[in-house]
Amino acid sequence: MSRQRSNYENTLWRKFERWVNGEDNSSMEASEKHEEKIQRISKEQQQDVVDFEATAEDVNELISKEKKRKIEALYRKYENWPQTKGIKIFTGLYRAMAVILCACIIALLLITVSYLPEFGNANNPANNEVPERYIENGIEETGAVNFVAGMILDYRAFDTLGESHVLFIAACCVLILLRADKKKEDKKKEQKKNITCVVADGNDRIYEPKNDKILQKIAFILVPPIIIYGIYVVLNGHLSPGGGFSGGAIIGAGLILYTNAFGFKKTSEFFTYKTFSTVTVCSLLFYAGAKSYSFYTGANHLESHIPKGIPGNILSSGLILPLNIAVGLIVACTMYGFYSLFRKGGM
Amino acid sequence: MGFFEFVLLTFLVVCALAASFSKNLLTSIVIFMSYSVIMSIIWIILESPDLAITEAAVGAGVTSVLFFITLKKIHAMKGEKEDEQTKK
Repeated sequence: MSRQRSNYENTLWRKFERWVNGEDNSSMEASEKHEEKIQRISKEQQQDVVDFEATAEDVNELISKEKKRKIEALYRKYENWPQTKGIKIFTGLYRAMAVILCACIIALLLITVSYLPEFGNANNPANNEVPERYIENGIEETGAVNFVAGMILDYRAFDTLGESHVLFIAACCVLILLRADKKKEDKKKEQKKNITCVVADGNDRIYEPKNDKILQKIAFILVPPIIIYGIYVVLNGHLSPGGGFSGGAIIGAGLILYTNAFGFKKTSEFFTYKTFSTVTVCSLLFYAGAKSYSFYTGANHLESHIPKGIPGNILSSGLILPLNIAVGLIVACTMYGFYSLFRKGGM
Repeated sequence: MGFFEFVLLTFLVVCALAASFSKNLLTSIVIFMSYSVIMSIIWIILESPDLAITEAAVGAGVTSVLFFITLKKIHAMKGEKEDEQTKK
């Protein structure tokens, strides 16, 4: 809950906001006062015109008043200038500058693109000794037939650890922002009961999707293949395209479809907040432990003591398979957690 | 560049423009989904099936679902009726 300041109207930010929106009170008041003053002077002058014949002697005074009136008229004309002509000039300039800036950025980016090496050229700087080593020694060193999995989970496993942490932190932020506090909601409900107020239709957390027969039948057929395919992609990460992240996303999408069709009550039988936190934290800890143990054995994490096995078998390539499973679990839980938090504010 | 790639890239540009120029937010999300599907096919043509699987699952699946829920939360979906929902 954010605290609301009592003197919000007088804060600097509010003044700035008013100025930006063009509803500055102080200048408005000033202009009104000015208007009144001008009107008063003009009235006096009209009276002076009436009294002109009576006091023909005060010609000098009249001339000075005439001068004053001219100055006032001039001033009045230029006072309205920013509201009429000034705004037009400003918006015109603004648009022109926006177009020029846009064109400049587009030109800059296109010039940069023209300096990029040709697509697929053999002499590109990307084709250096690093990918050569990956391709030549990859199977030997990692035991993974899929080079990509060997790269991201063995040579560059710390990058993937960071990525998993990014996902975890994103899930934590969503949890902090969107999780509905049950105690507070109960209190609110009690208050509402006392006033016998109709529940606001904006709160769709208490609504569940209607039992849609078509969706349920389709989900009944589709969800098992989707989840099995996701598990296949995770488990075969070192043999075929895919891996932890893609497989986890597929499993998460399957879970989301299942929830959409059958409601949160069914999913909460096997997936609660406790499952989410346990699975995610355990997987992350396992990943971090499995990759940081090499610091204690000479910081050369290519040389693991886990047998590599025969490349091409399911049980091969050392640590890559367990790490794939860990990443898959994290991603699947996070995807479903995102959905459930967005939708209901809880799990 | 073959004919198939040319058609796919044209569709990609058309989808990108349509998604940003569409007035209805729901339509724009559906167009964004089709953009992701086309992009995943292009990844397969560029011989990176890993990315294709991820793009199809995340871009066309999970992200769009999150967009839909957000639209529903901010009441931007039109044609939403009360009788479509029942109480728990």
